[in-house]
Amino acid sequence: MEYSCRAYELRCNECGKRFGNRPQSACDECLAPLEVKFDLDAVRGRFTRETVSAGPASIWRYKELLPIPEGFQPDLPVGFTPLTRAKNLGKRIGATNLYVKNDAVCFPTLSFKDRVVSVALANAQAFGFTTVGCSSTGNLANSVAAQSARLGLKACILVPADLEPAKILNTQVYGAHLVRIDGNYDHVNRLCTLIADEYGWGLVNVNLRPYYAEGSKTYGYEIAEQLGWKLPDNVVVPMAGGSLIRKIRKAFNELIALGLVEDKPVRFFGAQATGCSPISHAVKQGWDYIEPQRPNTIARSLAIGNPADGPAAAKMIAQNGGYAEDVSDVEVVSGIQELAETEGIFTETAGGVTTAVTARLYSHGRIGADETTVICITGNGLKTTDALEGRFRQQRAVKPRLSEFDDYIRETDPALVGGLEQELELAGGAR
Amino acid sequence: MSVKVVLPTALARHTEGHKSFASEAQDLPALLAEFDAKYPALSQNVKDASGKLRKFINVYVNDEDIRFLGGDAHQFADGDEVMLIPSIAGGKL
Repeated sequence: MEYSCRAYELRCNECGKRFGNRPQSACDECLAPLEVKFDLDAVRGRFTRETVSAGPASIWRYKELLPIPEGFQPDLPVGFTPLTRAKNLGKRIGATNLYVKNDAVCFPTLSFKDRVVSVALANAQAFGFTTVGCSSTGNLANSVAAQSARLGLKACILVPADLEPAKILNTQVYGAHLVRIDGNYDHVNRLCTLIADEYGWGLVNVNLRPYYAEGSKTYGYEIAEQLGWKLPDNVVVPMAGGSLIRKIRKAFNELIALGLVEDKPVRFFGAQATGCSPISHAVKQGWDYIEPQRPNTIARSLAIGNPADGPAAAKMIAQNGGYAEDVSDVEVVSGIQELAETEGIFTETAGGVTTAVTARLYSHGRIGADETTVICITGNGLKTTDALEGRFRQQRAVKPRLSEFDDYIRETDPALVGGLEQELELAGGAR
Repeated sequence: MSVKVVLPTALARHTEGHKSFASEAQDLPALLAEFDAKYPALSQNVKDASGKLRKFINVYVNDEDIRFLGGDAHQFADGDEVMLIPSIAGGKL
């Protein structure tokens, strides 16, 4: 169960031992995580601004820097989501150069997990797995279920039992076998490491984890390309396991090394919910280790109390002069509403975390008003509508008559009609 | 008093394939000392150069991370299941 490829292979981050390409996530010598290491010289010349822009409007435009086996034919147009200027939100929080990278509309399952899963499953097939799976807080479950269905792979997916109903439904609809585990994500994840031991399954975030994690780099490539092949000053990233924030940094480093962007300082800001903030706590304390927490937050997609990549994420943030913040569940809900009301983007709880943390970073002066900052929105609000339950009044039904409507609107929102009267007067009319 | 020590495949290669065995250890430091005597290769694999448990190893007592229980100071109870597992392992090493 191995394949050879000259452009990349697995390597231990700590001791440097090389492993070729196989379904394995930890070094047998020092037990540290393995990471895909690319031979950038082998890619040089094949990965240029021109070759990238000639590629498809999906993550596969970056295929030269993705660990996908030779002969793999990408099928789904995953990623290449919009990067939009966020002037309205910026005005509200005191930012003049703010952008939203919007993976709430990532294809096919509306979260950034589509990126990692497509790369992981390409490898699952190459390694000969016929059953795949994952431990998940929801978005990953949705994406593994959808993409495995498309590829004709069987899927067994483990989630904490208290997951949002929409995320459970969005997994089952694809025909995947969903197993609800009586415990939190950390329990689920530990069970999955044991399952990977005993069953011949390709678990995307366990034994396929190094390949899976590389898919996150595409989020960083896209930010740079969509800014006109420039790096931003700051990136604000939600943190669960701590992988995405590191992989965006890795993507920027690769683009610098290959000459596609100019090197410049980029600060990374991690965002967590206070109810599960082991990484932000470590950053604030200046630790290079993580003290695990028992998660208690509505931001369930970030509720990983013992994040595998936490120590490395905390270290990277500190090295780049960034910071990490965490916000309360009340602020998370406000963050969701604020992004929706200002930019028309409906994000899930994780995006509420990121938006609220961004606002705080500006108000505390950690980010300057004129700096170019990208907020990473990684999931869709339709999956966590329960977080907004009770936030909006159910209005009475109005009879389909103009007079009834007029009474109703004057009663419930007179400001709307005030504007109308002014317009009519300006036009020389009267009510 | 006896506890059941459980290891994943990745570590069981140092215990002649045994994924579980009984131990009389009262706490984690005592268990690691037992590894030194009984399974030196396992001991070398799970401890770093300074003799401390590697940061990539998690220890669970029954279903709980030992760090929530007081870490090294936590006293095992008769019948406890003590599991050592690399933090993001999985798959046969």
